[in-house]
Amino acid sequence: MAEKVGVYVCHCGSNIAGKVNVEEVAKWAGENLQDVAVSRDYKFMCSSLGQKMIEDDIRGEGLTRVVVAACSPHLHEKTFRRACTNAGLNPYLLDMTNIREHCSWVHRDMDSATLKAKSLVSAAVSRVKFQEPLEPTYVDVNPATLVIGGGIAGLQATLELADAGYHVYLVERSPSIGGHMAQFDKTFPTLDCSACILTPKMSEAGQHENVTLLTYSEIESVKGSVGNFEVKVRKKARRVDYDACTGCGICIEKCPRKVVDTEFEAGLGFRKAIYTPFPQAVPRVPVIDADSCIWFQRQKCRACEKLCPTDAIKFDQEDETLTLNVGNIILATGWKPFECRDIPQYGYGRLANVYTSLEFERLCNAAGPTNGKIVLRDGKTEPQSVAIIHCVGSRDVRHNEYCSGICCMASLKFGHLVLEKTKANVYSFYIDMRTNQKGYEEFYQRLLEEGMHFVRGKVSEITDAARMPNEQGKLIIQCEDTLMGRQRRIPVDMVVLMGALEPQSDAKEMGLKCGISCSMQGFFTERHPKLDPVATMTDGIFVAGACQGPKDIPASVAQGAAAAARVQGMITKGKVMVEPVVAKINEEACSGCRICNNICPYNAIEYDAERGVSHIITALCKGCGTCVSACPASVISGAHFSDQQIDAEIEGVLWDVIRPKSAVVSAN
Amino acid sequence: MSQTNFEPKIVGFLCNWCSYRAADLAGIARITHAPNVRIVRVMCSGRVDPTFVLKALSLGADGVMIAGCHPGECHYVDQNYKAMRRYHLLKHTLHAMGVEPDRVRLVWASAAEGQQLAEAIDGLVADVKKLGPLGWSQNWEENGERLHALEEIINEHAEAMEVHA
Repeated sequence: MAEKVGVYVCHCGSNIAGKVNVEEVAKWAGENLQDVAVSRDYKFMCSSLGQKMIEDDIRGEGLTRVVVAACSPHLHEKTFRRACTNAGLNPYLLDMTNIREHCSWVHRDMDSATLKAKSLVSAAVSRVKFQEPLEPTYVDVNPATLVIGGGIAGLQATLELADAGYHVYLVERSPSIGGHMAQFDKTFPTLDCSACILTPKMSEAGQHENVTLLTYSEIESVKGSVGNFEVKVRKKARRVDYDACTGCGICIEKCPRKVVDTEFEAGLGFRKAIYTPFPQAVPRVPVIDADSCIWFQRQKCRACEKLCPTDAIKFDQEDETLTLNVGNIILATGWKPFECRDIPQYGYGRLANVYTSLEFERLCNAAGPTNGKIVLRDGKTEPQSVAIIHCVGSRDVRHNEYCSGICCMASLKFGHLVLEKTKANVYSFYIDMRTNQKGYEEFYQRLLEEGMHFVRGKVSEITDAARMPNEQGKLIIQCEDTLMGRQRRIPVDMVVLMGALEPQSDAKEMGLKCGISCSMQGFFTERHPKLDPVATMTDGIFVAGACQGPKDIPASVAQGAAAAARVQGMITKGKVMVEPVVAKINEEACSGCRICNNICPYNAIEYDAERGVSHIITALCKGCGTCVSACPASVISGAHFSDQQIDAEIEGVLWDVIRPKSAVVSAN
Repeated sequence: MSQTNFEPKIVGFLCNWCSYRAADLAGIARITHAPNVRIVRVMCSGRVDPTFVLKALSLGADGVMIAGCHPGECHYVDQNYKAMRRYHLLKHTLHAMGVEPDRVRLVWASAAEGQQLAEAIDGLVADVKKLGPLGWSQNWEENGERLHALEEIINEHAEAMEVHA
């Protein structure tokens, strides 16, 4: 089987030629490597002239294999595959080897870089001969989309898609959509009221003909792949008939059981045992919290049932599992606040007037537990002085190294609200002030002019142990003022801790369900941090909002819309290409040991008990090849990364050390 | 053999998603490192069959690097754990065969860790330089008798080793 291999070595201007003797590599390959019919070097292989050179050789010289030694295949493999296709050669008969990123750019010495380039070319030439023509498959894309998370990012994505005419399932874990934004009072830097801009979007999503709202629901499992996912969603028992309820609210009014609302009101207010998280909740259908409901605890009461005008209360309702078929999934699962108790020296949970930022949001909110009055825990005293502590749990190697991004602006917003609503002095304890978006720096300037005090330094301790008469009954902020260069003790009445934005505690589990990975901190990993911040490594799964990294509202909205646009692109195209890099079992030789069955993370290997063999469901296989290397009988072959191909590549890459031996072998 | 100019030949199996991209990133950021590691791309570190490592060593490589995504960050959910298990078993096997286990190294490098991968490459090259050449192929040639003996065993048991369908 004498293949005719064409070798093309790229100069990449001087990017490669500056450190690798490109002419020599091309000449050497043409003279020394077996089956090389043509070997050329060219200034820019990826240019149209370079591609034409390859195409002409495939036609003119009858090449059956092509090797391009240039940049990373992640950059230009598609370009050269297209060139092969244009010339009538199967694109999978090409191999690209990387002599730029892996060679010329990282080695100092020309001789050793040239030697390495030769090795890489030799490896590609010996591997490419074993490559087989493959045909990508195409699957139809289901036009329905699943959006997980009903915060602002998920809402934006949902509405974009629904308005474009595609069906969207919006799954939200809590009883209402809206997310954290619904808890806020004002939004920086324009200070427009959060509810005023959010609630229209919420009700639009709630009423949209293309949106199926699944609140109070959890994702159980995600199966399938791009174009055709099958998602199991568990609708938690609301114990209220969704269709019968009109949202009149009589049940909530009459419910005798009051509990502390740790979710929406961040522990500052109360809710009933039957409740909607907030008055503008979408849907308006309340839920019964079985843990606090008197009926579930003591089999008494049933006031709501008796008083409901539409008989919507259903105490015996149970969880229900739905199966959704969707083509794409957008993850917008958001963030959770840092647990401020983890920094005991800041006293949260021990010192009454230390608040978290979310608590303070509720305190400022006109619809909040104090009707927007900023008062101390006693519920009536207005503070004389307020300290806002930045970077609580962020930019701190003991907790989270990253910057949470939004806290500087939120602190300025808080500062403004305190100055507006009270006569208090406001101190901001910051490390660096980060106000780098449109209108943010101007807002900072505004607060400087409004008289907010800024102290540059990380707070070491918040204590109620007074040393001076003026510290009596106050909270004392102990901090090094790094601009003054000395320690300061500043007594205040109220402290707000700007806790970090953290990934949801079950983000990793969700990632596993969807087959995407998380960063070390637990934020979902995007396909490319700069050029593809919306897609993930798994086709058909997109991310939006703070689940991908801390971000503010404008950025979340932008990412939500971007994810929707990407999904629309997939739907409009109608079909997706599935890489033919998959594993295949030679069933005749399979002994049915089932070692491969459990190794597959996608459950793509099925055991056929009747025939006693395993077989691979091609649509589920992602081509990692772990089963190929696990098969004790070597009867699983991995397309494009077969044992033969990799063995050949190993032999090729070591050409300079095995040459003497292979000479001996061929002499025999 | 003179040790002074010993430049080890190392084969690096890099996973397509994290480590190969880390090596790309090292290139883009021009992080110079030793030219001794020659890279073979695989889709996942889980694809690395221990026989690939043994094959590379037997053909004359002085060391092998296997690199994959960090645990928990595998593109294929958790296949790098399988690579890790095989790696530890392989180290035992190498030790039993009389090969210094330090010649083979498993490295985690995310796509953002060009610097770390470059450091790991330099580290492995330095360590293998200290160990000196492996010279597996030469040593094998010297023991031609052993090969012959093996062949005899195979011939003797040919009938027993036949696989019936």
